[in-house]
Amino acid sequence: MQPWPWYVSGALIALIMFIMLFFGKSFGFSSNLRTLCTMCGADKYAPFFQFDWKTQSWNLFFLVGAGLGGYLAANFLTVDDYTVAISESTITDLSALGFSTPEGFVPASQFGSEAMGETKNIIILALGGLMVGFGARYAGGCTSGHAISGISNLQPASLLAVVGFFIGGLLMTHVLFPLIY
Amino acid sequence: MKNIKFLIAGTLFGIIMFKSEAASWYRIQEMFRFQAFHMYGIIGLAVALGVPMVAIIKAKKIKDFAGGQIVFTPKAWSIPRYLIGGTIFGLGWALSGACPGPIVVNIGAGYAGYFIVLIAAVFGTFLYGLLKDKLPH
Repeated sequence: MQPWPWYVSGALIALIMFIMLFFGKSFGFSSNLRTLCTMCGADKYAPFFQFDWKTQSWNLFFLVGAGLGGYLAANFLTVDDYTVAISESTITDLSALGFSTPEGFVPASQFGSEAMGETKNIIILALGGLMVGFGARYAGGCTSGHAISGISNLQPASLLAVVGFFIGGLLMTHVLFPLIY
Repeated sequence: MKNIKFLIAGTLFGIIMFKSEAASWYRIQEMFRFQAFHMYGIIGLAVALGVPMVAIIKAKKIKDFAGGQIVFTPKAWSIPRYLIGGTIFGLGWALSGACPGPIVVNIGAGYAGYFIVLIAAVFGTFLYGLLKDKLPH
């Protein structure tokens, strides 16, 4: 199966939001990270994690489903020799930073198992994840909670959070990437 | 098992994130370089449909499947919380090429590196919980 165009994808994301509302829940993924902390015993260290994580188990099922969906899509719903077809200008910019021509879904040089032995790469992955987890909870939500659910509910706070997402993303891409890579 | 429906919704979400390529590091780079409409189209259309959806649910007082009121919790306004927190999130989004949902989608798709990203994201949330009272909100 070929990748889906933006208009199919955007409509289906709105459908997911509707399904979650219809199920009596709100669409927000990063809350799971807090739940995982509590399950690992973080409630002993900070009151922020003192809640009954079982009330959030529905969202953990959603998380496991997301992983399962990724597995199914990558293994059974994709054409052979699949590569994400990004624009020529992006390919040019990335090659100037030392990335090889796109291959697959994400660069294997950074996310593939063969790249797990490189210290610099591990630091990049760990720092990226650290900022995603810290920032999502500080901002009270991630892309699903703010950019989709929050803006759909016309929340100024969510709009500001998305402005922040872009300030950070642009800073990383245009200022820090040339220093890192 | 009442949670199975969330597993199915999550699976659908995972497939959408992969097939839309919204979980692709390449697409996130393209987005932050403004070199294609793709990601803007996806998020823009989701919001363009989401705004009237929420408005109709509120106006018609549409109930959820169990007959309960669908509630929307307003988010308390604050500048530092959303601006600083959002900026830190954005730095991580661009560096790892994935927001929280797509991190898990990529693990499912078989990219081992995202397992490190996930563990670090859980740890980042833990750090926030420890420092919460010292941060401007």
